[in-house]
Amino acid sequence: MKIGFYPGCSLQGTAREYNESVKAVAEAFDIDLKEIEDWNCCGASAAHSVNKDLSLALPARILALAEKQGIDEVVVPCAACFNRLAVAQYELNEDAAKKAETENVIEMTFNNKVKIINVIQFIDKYIKDKIADKMTRKFEHKVVCYYGCLLIRPHKIIGFDRVEDPMSMDELMTTIGASSLDWGFKTECCGASLSIARTDLVAKLSGNIIKDATERGAEAIIVACPMCHSNLDMRRPQIDEYVGKEIPTPVIYITQAIGLAVGVAPEKLGLQRHFVKVNTL
Amino acid sequence: MGAIKSHINTIILNESIMKHATAESIREATGADIDKCYQCGKCTAGCVLADNMDYPSSMIIRMLQTDDKENYKKVLSSEAIWLCQNCENCIGRCPKEVDIPKIMDYLRAESIKEGLVSPKAKSVLSFYRSFLDSVKMSGRLSELVMTIDFKLRTFHLWQDVKLVPSMLAKGKLKFIPESIKDTKGIKILFKKTITSK
Repeated sequence: MKIGFYPGCSLQGTAREYNESVKAVAEAFDIDLKEIEDWNCCGASAAHSVNKDLSLALPARILALAEKQGIDEVVVPCAACFNRLAVAQYELNEDAAKKAETENVIEMTFNNKVKIINVIQFIDKYIKDKIADKMTRKFEHKVVCYYGCLLIRPHKIIGFDRVEDPMSMDELMTTIGASSLDWGFKTECCGASLSIARTDLVAKLSGNIIKDATERGAEAIIVACPMCHSNLDMRRPQIDEYVGKEIPTPVIYITQAIGLAVGVAPEKLGLQRHFVKVNTL
Repeated sequence: MGAIKSHINTIILNESIMKHATAESIREATGADIDKCYQCGKCTAGCVLADNMDYPSSMIIRMLQTDDKENYKKVLSSEAIWLCQNCENCIGRCPKEVDIPKIMDYLRAESIKEGLVSPKAKSVLSFYRSFLDSVKMSGRLSELVMTIDFKLRTFHLWQDVKLVPSMLAKGKLKFIPESIKDTKGIKILFKKTITSK
């Protein structure tokens, strides 16, 4: 089985453990991920914040390349990339003139029909039903699932899960034996790309998320977005300062949790790369 | 009574024939209709950054509705439009589906074009510029190149330096930027969009 794969820039750098764990889980279930050759950055928040045409052209180049390389379906683990690709695809399909203009910019024509899926949709479609057979160790921990913004919004375009109280990650975590707690910050923003320019605001927003998670008794926070991860994990010193105490609750990618449950070695899943240590699991 | 009725009629008439320039240009550029907003305030209530904004989202929409030049200038010079991260919570909850995130994108671009970017928002814009410069150079983002570029733009030289040793130990810092093969294509792409305007 060959499925297209768009890692995006974060997964090559600060979120390399996300990349490692996605690949390790795919391998454990005999799924071949075909990386789009010569892919470029999707533009993330930076492009759409300053220039609309650029924010459409960068994802368009990626989608056109995927199409030329015979990819019908592409899994995009980074929630920000997933969002940008999905939004650009939608907007270009809605506006023929803009699509023609963008094709001129990227110097390629394309049908714009590649199916774009996020990591949860990928797991639901190809892995979920096979987890029970492969499970070697139940993930028996209390967790909260943090969806963030870009995995589910804007709902009109993304059309995935419930917009206010999504459950898809909770269901996956229950499948591997975790008890998934109800909490209040499933879809609140972590501060996203303000991480470097306004760390103070990220400390506040991510601090509120971490605080609620701990007060509910979570042993880990489960995520599917590298930006959420780095804000909740790498910014923990600033978060601790905002909350007023040291919070040891680790932040784990959903693919790492599933990997552990089906017996993939923790090192292969990159669990040692987190700033907040994962020794309680 | 008659006077009140006539006053109300005038208001209704004015509202219905009001095809004001601000609403028109926003509609043309984004498809969003600011005149649909009736100030319920759900967007502001759900905005995690509303407390930190000089004008929260519902107020920005109201200021735009007035079609007043001074108000428009205030909006373009606000810090709020740069703090907004397009988390899309507002559009998710708006009963009239006024696409505020798209309007924010438009306002940021206008703010740059008009040279009205708030001094308080310079670091946020610098971050975006550093990000895009790195992408323009090699087709992909180098977190290291972007961070150095950002430090030079903002003189925040010592910020996050403490993170470097642990990032190295965790294998999270790449010294050599990854480059795509078709860097020429990327340069053309930038030239035809952002640089030409």
